[in-house]
Amino acid sequence: MSAAIPPAIAHWRAASARRVAIILAGIGLLAASFAIDLATGPAMLPIPAVLRSLAGQTTDPMTQAIVRTLRLPIALMAAVVGAALGVSGAVMQTILHNPLASSYTLGISAGAGFGAALVILFGAALPLPQAWAIPLAAFAFAGLACAMVASVGRLRQATPELLVLAGIACLFLFQALLSLLQFIASPEALQQIVFWLFGSLQRASLDQVGIVAAVLVAVAPVLLADGWRLTALKLGDERAQALGVRVGRLRLRAFVAVSLLTGAAVAFVGTIGFIGLVAPHVARLLVGEDQRHMLPASAVFGALLLSVASVASKLIIPGTIFPIGIVTALIGVPFFAWLVLSIGRGR
Amino acid sequence: MKLAARHITVVYGARRAVDDLSLDAASGEILAILGANGSGKSSLVKALAGVLAHDGTVRWDGAPAAPGSIGYMPQDSGVRAGLTSFEVVLLGRIRALGFRAAARDLAAAEAAMVELGVADLAARRIGELSGGQRQMVLLAQVLAAGPRVLLLDEPTSALDIAHQLHVLDVLRGVTRARGLTTIAVMHDLNAAARFCDRVAMLNRGRLVGIGTPDEIFAPAMLEPTFDVSVAVDHGSDGHPVVLPLRAIRRSRTWR
Repeated sequence: MSAAIPPAIAHWRAASARRVAIILAGIGLLAASFAIDLATGPAMLPIPAVLRSLAGQTTDPMTQAIVRTLRLPIALMAAVVGAALGVSGAVMQTILHNPLASSYTLGISAGAGFGAALVILFGAALPLPQAWAIPLAAFAFAGLACAMVASVGRLRQATPELLVLAGIACLFLFQALLSLLQFIASPEALQQIVFWLFGSLQRASLDQVGIVAAVLVAVAPVLLADGWRLTALKLGDERAQALGVRVGRLRLRAFVAVSLLTGAAVAFVGTIGFIGLVAPHVARLLVGEDQRHMLPASAVFGALLLSVASVASKLIIPGTIFPIGIVTALIGVPFFAWLVLSIGRGR
Repeated sequence: MKLAARHITVVYGARRAVDDLSLDAASGEILAILGANGSGKSSLVKALAGVLAHDGTVRWDGAPAAPGSIGYMPQDSGVRAGLTSFEVVLLGRIRALGFRAAARDLAAAEAAMVELGVADLAARRIGELSGGQRQMVLLAQVLAAGPRVLLLDEPTSALDIAHQLHVLDVLRGVTRARGLTTIAVMHDLNAAARFCDRVAMLNRGRLVGIGTPDEIFAPAMLEPTFDVSVAVDHGSDGHPVVLPLRAIRRSRTWR
C-alpha cells in the first residue's frame, strides 16, 4: 500500500479513535462517580480518606468498616448492574429492531419480580435464607420468561415482531401473576414485595457483586464476537442475511445471552427500569451504531447512570436512602431529554 | 466460467413460486430476469443467492458456489441505520472481518467506493443519502466482498430516470471490468433491452424464454407473459423498444 491513506479510511480511523476516547472518558467519569458514591452517606468522608482506605493504607477502623463493608458492595453493585442492564438493553434494541425494547419491556424483569414475590410469600418453607432464595427465584423466573419468549422464536422463524409480541405477552402474564400474589399477600409481605419491586442496592454483598460480574464477564466476549454481525443486523434482516449472517440463530443466541445477564442483575437489586432503555440511546448518540463500540459504551454509560443514581439516592433526603429505581427515572429522564435535544440540534 | 442453475424450485405452502427452472449465465454478461408481478423473479434470485430454501443446484464453474462468491443486493427497502456509508460498505467484508478491521478489508471497502464514484460519501450516514446514492453505496457493499456473481433485485425500481441510467451504466461497467456474472431482476423492459446482454422471461415460476432482447422481445412472447398487447420497434441505437398498448382482459387466476 502507498503511504498516503485514502481519506475514507483516515476518517473512519479518526472516528473510531474518537469513539474509544469517549468510552475512556466515560470510564473516567464512572471512576469519579464511584469514588463519590463511596464518600457519600450519613457519615460523609473526604475522598482522599476513601482512596486511602481502598488502598489499604488507613488505620482508622471506622473509615475502613464504612468504606469496605458498608459502601463498597453497594457502589460496586451499582456499577456492574448498570453495565449489565446497559448492555442487555443495547442488544435487545439491536436484535429486535426496536428502540423501545429492553429486558423491562419484554417481561424478563416482570418474571424476576414474580419469582421474588413468590419466595417472599411462600419462601419460609425453603431451606435457604431469604437473602439467597429471593435472587435465585428471581433469576429462575427471569430465565423462564426468557425461555418462553425464545421458544416462541424457535417455533416459528424468529422475526423481531414475533419476539416483541411474545415478550409483551410475557410481561402481561407475569404482571397479572404478580398482582395476584399482591392481592393475597399479608400487609407485611405486600410491603416487602413492593420494596423489592422498587429496586434497591442496599442488600448487595460482595459475593453477589461477584456473581453479576462473572455473568457479565462470561457474556461480554460472546456478544463482542458477534459485534460485526449485530452491526449488520442494523441494515435489516434481509440485508444481513444477504451478507451471510445467519439471522435467526444470531437473534436467539444474543437474546439468551442478554436474558441471563438481565436475570442475574435484577435478581439481586430488583427491577430497575430505564437504564436498559436509556444507556443504549446515550451510547448510540455518542459513539454511533458500530456495535463493537456501542456495546462497551452502553455498559459504561449504564454503569455511570446507576452509579450517579446511587449517589443521588443518598442526597435527596439526607439520612434516608431513596429507592434507586425511582431515582434512575427521576434523574435519567431530564438528562436524556437534554442529550437528545442538544445533540439532535447539532446534526 | 459460468453460473449454472439446475432444477431450481421454490415452494411456498402449496404454491410453486419457482418451478423446476434451469439457466446458465456467463462471466462478463448481464442477464435480466423479467416477468409480471408474482412470476417468481425475486424468489429465483433469492434462491440463487442461497438466502431462500429451494430445491436444485447452483454451481459456479462446475463446483458448488463458495460462500461469498455470490453477492446479493436485496430490493431497496430503505435503510434507517445510523451507520456511515463507509461502515456499511465495510460490512460487505463481514466474512473476512476480524474484531479489528484489517487494512486489507478497509482497503477493499475504500476501493469499492472509489470504483463506484461514491468515496466522497464515506463519512455520511446511510440514512441521510438520496435513493440513488444509497443504491450505489449498497452496491459498493456487495462489491467489497469481491464476488464473482452479482445478483440484484430491482436495483433501479425506486429511482428517477437519470439515476436509473447511472446505476445501470455503472453496473455494466463493473460487470465488464471485473468479469462478473450479473443477474438483475428488472421491471423496465426498455432499460433491460439497452443494458442487458440477455433476458430471461418468467411466467408463473417457469422460464418461458431466454436469449438476447432481440430474440425475446416479440409480441408473441410478451403478450401472454404480461397480459398486455404491445408493439415492438427498434430505437436509433438498434435496441428493441417495447411500447405497451393496452391490457388484455383475461380472468387471471390469482394464486
